[in-house]
Amino acid sequence: MAQTTLVKSFLPILIVLGAATAYGLWYQKSRGKIQAKAISGKALTSAIIGGELGSRATLVQFSSAFCTPCRATRTLLENVVTELNDVRHVEIDAETNLELVRKLDIRSTPTTLILNNYGVEVGRAVGAPKRDQVLAALAAIK
Amino acid sequence: MTTLEKKDISVVIDARGPRFSAAITVLVLAIALATQSLPLIAFQLAVFLIGATKGPQFTPYAFLFKNLIKPRLKGEFVPEDVRPPQFAQAVGFIFTVIAVAGLLSGATIVFTIATGFALAAAFLNAAFNYCLGCEFYLILLRARR
Repeated sequence: MAQTTLVKSFLPILIVLGAATAYGLWYQKSRGKIQAKAISGKALTSAIIGGELGSRATLVQFSSAFCTPCRATRTLLENVVTELNDVRHVEIDAETNLELVRKLDIRSTPTTLILNNYGVEVGRAVGAPKRDQVLAALAAIK
Repeated sequence: MTTLEKKDISVVIDARGPRFSAAITVLVLAIALATQSLPLIAFQLAVFLIGATKGPQFTPYAFLFKNLIKPRLKGEFVPEDVRPPQFAQAVGFIFTVIAVAGLLSGATIVFTIATGFALAAAFLNAAFNYCLGCEFYLILLRARR
Protein backbone atom coordinates (compact mmCIF):
# COMPACT_ATOMS: atom_id res chain seq x y z
CA MET A 1 0.00 0.00 0.00
CA ALA A 2 0.90 3.67 -0.14
CA GLN A 3 2.55 3.67 3.28
CA THR A 4 5.18 1.13 2.31
CA THR A 5 6.32 2.99 -0.79
CA LEU A 6 8.48 6.08 -0.85
CA VAL A 7 6.60 7.62 -3.77
CA LYS A 8 3.32 9.16 -2.62
CA SER A 9 1.92 9.98 -6.04
CA PHE A 10 3.05 10.79 -9.56
CA LEU A 11 -0.21 12.59 -10.25
CA PRO A 12 0.97 16.10 -9.22
CA ILE A 13 3.99 15.81 -11.55
CA LEU A 14 1.80 14.79 -14.47
CA ILE A 15 -0.67 17.64 -13.86
CA VAL A 16 2.09 20.26 -13.46
CA LEU A 17 4.12 19.17 -16.48
CA GLY A 18 1.00 18.83 -18.65
CA ALA A 19 -0.31 22.29 -17.78
CA ALA A 20 3.15 23.86 -18.06
CA THR A 21 3.70 22.30 -21.49
CA ALA A 22 0.38 23.66 -22.77
CA TYR A 23 1.20 27.12 -21.40
CA GLY A 24 4.78 26.90 -22.72
CA LEU A 25 3.62 26.10 -26.24
CA TRP A 26 1.22 29.03 -26.19
CA TYR A 27 4.01 31.22 -24.80
CA GLN A 28 6.43 30.24 -27.54
CA LYS A 29 3.83 30.80 -30.26
CA SER A 30 2.49 34.14 -29.04
CA ARG A 31 5.67 35.89 -27.94
CA GLY A 32 7.21 38.22 -30.50
CA LYS A 33 4.22 38.11 -32.84
CA ILE A 34 3.09 41.52 -34.07
CA GLN A 35 -0.65 41.99 -33.58
CA ALA A 36 -2.19 44.59 -35.85
CA LYS A 37 -4.44 47.04 -34.04
CA ALA A 38 -7.45 48.83 -35.41
CA ILE A 39 -6.68 52.54 -35.40
CA SER A 40 -8.87 53.78 -32.61
CA GLY A 41 -6.58 54.73 -29.75
CA LYS A 42 -5.46 58.22 -28.88
CA ALA A 43 -2.26 59.54 -30.37
CA LEU A 44 0.90 59.45 -28.27
CA THR A 45 3.06 62.55 -28.33
CA SER A 46 6.80 62.91 -27.96
CA ALA A 47 6.16 64.44 -24.52
CA ILE A 48 4.31 61.31 -23.39
CA ILE A 49 6.88 58.80 -24.62
CA GLY A 50 9.86 60.96 -23.75
CA GLY A 51 11.45 60.81 -27.17
CA GLU A 52 11.05 62.19 -30.65
CA LEU A 53 8.52 60.57 -33.00
CA GLY A 54 9.63 59.34 -36.39
CA SER A 55 8.20 61.21 -39.40
CA ARG A 56 6.62 57.98 -40.68
CA ALA A 57 6.65 55.54 -37.75
CA THR A 58 7.94 55.06 -34.20
CA LEU A 59 8.88 51.86 -32.36
CA VAL A 60 8.13 52.33 -28.66
CA GLN A 61 9.75 49.60 -26.57
CA PHE A 62 8.84 49.01 -22.92
CA SER A 63 11.62 47.30 -20.95
CA SER A 64 12.35 46.29 -17.38
CA ALA A 65 15.32 45.14 -15.32
CA PHE A 66 14.30 41.48 -14.93
CA CYS A 67 13.93 40.90 -18.65
CA THR A 68 16.40 38.91 -20.73
CA PRO A 69 14.94 39.48 -24.24
CA CYS A 70 14.72 43.28 -23.70
CA ARG A 71 18.39 43.68 -24.55
CA ALA A 72 18.12 41.70 -27.79
CA THR A 73 14.97 43.62 -28.71
CA ARG A 74 16.76 46.93 -28.18
CA THR A 75 19.68 45.81 -30.37
CA LEU A 76 17.29 44.66 -33.13
CA LEU A 77 15.11 47.78 -33.14
CA GLU A 78 18.09 50.16 -32.95
CA ASN A 79 19.52 48.32 -35.91
CA VAL A 80 16.24 48.53 -37.86
CA VAL A 81 15.92 52.30 -37.43
CA THR A 82 19.49 53.03 -38.55
CA GLU A 83 18.45 51.86 -42.01
CA LEU A 84 15.18 53.83 -42.05
CA ASN A 85 15.61 57.54 -41.44
CA ASP A 86 11.86 58.19 -41.09
CA VAL A 87 11.45 55.65 -38.26
CA ARG A 88 12.59 56.12 -34.67
CA HIS A 89 13.09 53.80 -31.72
CA VAL A 90 12.22 54.94 -28.19
CA GLU A 91 12.86 52.73 -25.16
CA ILE A 92 10.85 53.32 -22.00
CA ASP A 93 11.62 51.88 -18.56
CA ALA A 94 8.29 50.33 -17.54
CA GLU A 95 9.16 50.40 -13.85
CA THR A 96 9.54 54.17 -13.64
CA ASN A 97 6.62 54.88 -15.98
CA LEU A 98 3.86 52.86 -14.35
CA GLU A 99 1.16 55.43 -15.13
CA LEU A 100 1.84 55.11 -18.85
CA VAL A 101 2.16 51.33 -18.50
CA ARG A 102 -1.32 51.18 -16.96
CA LYS A 103 -2.80 53.55 -19.51
CA LEU A 104 -1.47 51.53 -22.45
CA ASP A 105 -2.15 48.21 -20.67
CA ILE A 106 1.43 46.92 -20.92
CA ARG A 107 1.52 43.63 -19.01
CA SER A 108 4.95 42.20 -19.72
CA THR A 109 8.31 43.19 -21.14
CA PRO A 110 9.51 43.65 -23.75
CA THR A 111 6.36 45.09 -25.34
CA THR A 112 6.86 47.09 -28.52
CA LEU A 113 4.24 49.47 -29.88
CA ILE A 114 4.33 50.47 -33.52
CA LEU A 115 3.08 54.01 -33.97
CA ASN A 116 2.15 55.63 -37.27
CA ASN A 117 3.11 59.17 -38.26
CA TYR A 118 0.33 60.59 -36.07
CA GLY A 119 1.63 58.71 -33.04
CA VAL A 120 -1.34 56.33 -33.07
CA GLU A 121 -0.67 52.68 -32.23
CA VAL A 122 -1.17 50.43 -35.26
CA GLY A 123 0.51 47.29 -33.98
CA ARG A 124 1.94 45.70 -30.86
CA ALA A 125 4.42 42.90 -30.19
CA VAL A 126 4.64 41.24 -26.78
CA GLY A 127 8.03 39.56 -26.41
CA ALA A 128 11.06 39.91 -28.67
CA PRO A 129 9.81 40.54 -32.24
CA LYS A 130 11.34 39.08 -35.38
CA ARG A 131 13.25 41.35 -37.72
CA ASP A 132 11.28 40.51 -40.89
CA GLN A 133 7.98 40.99 -39.08
CA VAL A 134 9.04 44.42 -37.83
CA LEU A 135 10.13 45.41 -41.34
CA ALA A 136 6.85 44.14 -42.82
CA ALA A 137 4.79 46.03 -40.23
CA LEU A 138 6.78 49.21 -40.93
CA ALA A 139 6.44 48.77 -44.69
CA ALA A 140 2.66 48.69 -44.26
CA ILE A 141 2.73 52.20 -42.80
CA LYS A 142 2.67 54.77 -45.56
CA MET B 1 15.55 55.89 -17.54
CA THR B 2 18.15 55.27 -14.82
CA THR B 3 17.31 51.57 -14.39
CA LEU B 4 17.86 50.97 -18.07
CA GLU B 5 21.22 52.67 -18.00
CA LYS B 6 22.23 50.59 -14.98
CA LYS B 7 21.47 47.47 -17.00
CA ASP B 8 24.51 48.08 -19.14
CA ILE B 9 26.90 47.95 -16.22
CA SER B 10 25.31 45.04 -14.35
CA VAL B 11 26.88 41.58 -14.25
CA VAL B 12 26.63 39.45 -17.38
CA ILE B 13 26.69 35.65 -17.16
CA ASP B 14 26.41 32.76 -19.62
CA ALA B 15 22.66 32.27 -20.24
CA ARG B 16 23.18 28.52 -20.67
CA GLY B 17 24.09 28.29 -16.96
CA PRO B 18 20.64 29.23 -15.57
CA ARG B 19 19.00 27.03 -18.21
CA PHE B 20 21.06 24.01 -17.14
CA SER B 21 20.36 24.85 -13.48
CA ALA B 22 16.64 24.97 -14.27
CA ALA B 23 16.83 21.44 -15.71
CA ILE B 24 18.46 20.13 -12.50
CA THR B 25 15.85 22.06 -10.48
CA VAL B 26 13.08 20.32 -12.44
CA LEU B 27 14.55 16.94 -11.50
CA VAL B 28 14.97 17.80 -7.82
CA LEU B 29 11.52 19.38 -7.48
CA ALA B 30 9.80 16.54 -9.35
CA ILE B 31 11.30 13.92 -7.01
CA ALA B 32 10.52 16.12 -3.99
CA LEU B 33 6.93 16.50 -5.19
CA ALA B 34 6.40 12.76 -5.70
CA THR B 35 8.07 11.64 -2.48
CA GLN B 36 7.11 14.61 -0.26
CA SER B 37 10.72 14.63 0.88
CA LEU B 38 11.60 17.30 3.43
CA PRO B 39 15.41 17.02 2.98
CA LEU B 40 15.06 17.41 -0.79
CA ILE B 41 12.75 20.44 -0.74
CA ALA B 42 14.89 22.00 2.02
CA PHE B 43 17.98 21.48 -0.16
CA GLN B 44 16.28 23.18 -3.12
CA LEU B 45 15.22 26.02 -0.82
CA ALA B 46 18.88 26.53 0.14
CA VAL B 47 19.89 26.53 -3.55
CA PHE B 48 17.23 29.15 -4.36
CA LEU B 49 18.38 31.23 -1.38
CA ILE B 50 21.95 31.31 -2.69
CA GLY B 51 20.68 32.08 -6.20
CA ALA B 52 18.45 34.89 -5.01
CA THR B 53 20.95 36.56 -2.66
CA LYS B 54 24.44 35.90 -4.05
CA GLY B 55 23.34 35.28 -7.64
CA PRO B 56 22.42 32.31 -9.86
CA GLN B 57 26.06 31.87 -10.87
CA PHE B 58 26.99 30.83 -7.30
CA THR B 59 24.61 27.89 -6.74
CA PRO B 60 25.83 24.26 -6.62
CA TYR B 61 24.10 23.72 -9.98
CA ALA B 62 26.04 26.61 -11.51
CA PHE B 63 29.21 25.03 -10.09
CA LEU B 64 28.35 21.78 -11.92
CA PHE B 65 27.67 23.75 -15.10
CA LYS B 66 30.96 25.61 -14.92
CA ASN B 67 33.10 22.57 -14.23
CA LEU B 68 31.36 19.71 -16.01
CA ILE B 69 29.05 21.07 -18.71
CA LYS B 70 30.56 24.29 -20.00
CA PRO B 71 33.95 22.80 -21.01
CA ARG B 72 32.06 20.26 -23.14
CA LEU B 73 29.80 22.78 -24.88
CA LYS B 74 30.77 23.72 -28.42
CA GLY B 75 28.50 26.75 -28.87
CA GLU B 76 29.45 30.29 -28.07
CA PHE B 77 28.99 32.15 -24.79
CA VAL B 78 25.43 33.48 -24.63
CA PRO B 79 25.48 36.73 -22.63
CA GLU B 80 22.66 37.38 -20.19
CA ASP B 81 22.07 40.05 -17.57
CA VAL B 82 22.24 38.33 -14.19
CA ARG B 83 19.13 40.04 -12.81
CA PRO B 84 16.36 38.17 -14.69
CA PRO B 85 17.53 34.70 -13.53
CA GLN B 86 18.15 36.12 -10.06
CA PHE B 87 14.53 37.31 -9.97
CA ALA B 88 13.41 33.79 -10.93
CA GLN B 89 15.53 32.33 -8.11
CA ALA B 90 13.82 34.67 -5.65
CA VAL B 91 10.40 33.54 -6.85
CA GLY B 92 11.51 29.92 -6.49
CA PHE B 93 12.72 30.68 -2.97
CA ILE B 94 9.32 32.06 -1.94
CA PHE B 95 7.50 28.97 -3.28
CA THR B 96 9.89 26.55 -1.55
CA VAL B 97 9.55 28.43 1.76
CA ILE B 98 5.78 27.93 1.53
CA ALA B 99 6.33 24.28 0.54
CA VAL B 100 8.61 23.58 3.52
CA ALA B 101 6.20 25.35 5.87
CA GLY B 102 3.35 23.24 4.48
CA LEU B 103 5.25 19.99 4.92
CA LEU B 104 6.40 20.82 8.46
CA SER B 105 2.90 21.81 9.56
CA GLY B 106 1.32 18.74 7.98
CA ALA B 107 -0.54 20.77 5.35
CA THR B 108 0.44 18.48 2.50
CA ILE B 109 -1.84 20.21 0.01
CA VAL B 110 0.04 23.51 0.60
CA PHE B 111 3.31 21.69 -0.03
CA THR B 112 1.98 20.10 -3.21
CA ILE B 113 0.62 23.35 -4.69
CA ALA B 114 3.70 25.45 -3.81
CA THR B 115 6.14 22.82 -5.08
CA GLY B 116 3.96 22.38 -8.17
CA PHE B 117 4.25 26.08 -9.04
CA ALA B 118 8.02 26.06 -8.49
CA LEU B 119 8.30 22.95 -10.69
CA ALA B 120 6.16 24.56 -13.40
CA ALA B 121 8.36 27.68 -13.45
CA ALA B 122 11.61 25.67 -13.56
CA PHE B 123 10.23 23.43 -16.30
CA LEU B 124 9.08 26.40 -18.40
CA ASN B 125 12.52 27.93 -18.03
CA ALA B 126 14.35 24.74 -18.97
CA ALA B 127 12.09 23.63 -21.82
CA PHE B 128 10.84 26.93 -23.30
CA ASN B 129 13.50 29.45 -22.25
CA TYR B 130 10.72 31.12 -20.28
CA CYS B 131 11.45 34.57 -18.84
CA LEU B 132 9.62 34.71 -15.49
CA GLY B 133 10.67 38.30 -14.79
CA CYS B 134 9.30 39.43 -18.18
CA GLU B 135 5.88 37.98 -17.49
CA PHE B 136 5.33 38.70 -13.81
CA TYR B 137 7.48 41.58 -12.58
CA LEU B 138 5.34 44.26 -14.22
CA ILE B 139 2.10 42.57 -13.11
CA LEU B 140 3.40 42.59 -9.52
CA LEU B 141 4.39 46.26 -9.77
CA ARG B 142 1.03 47.18 -11.27
CA ALA B 143 -0.84 45.32 -8.54
CA ARG B 144 1.19 46.85 -5.72
CA ARG B 145 1.18 50.54 -6.48
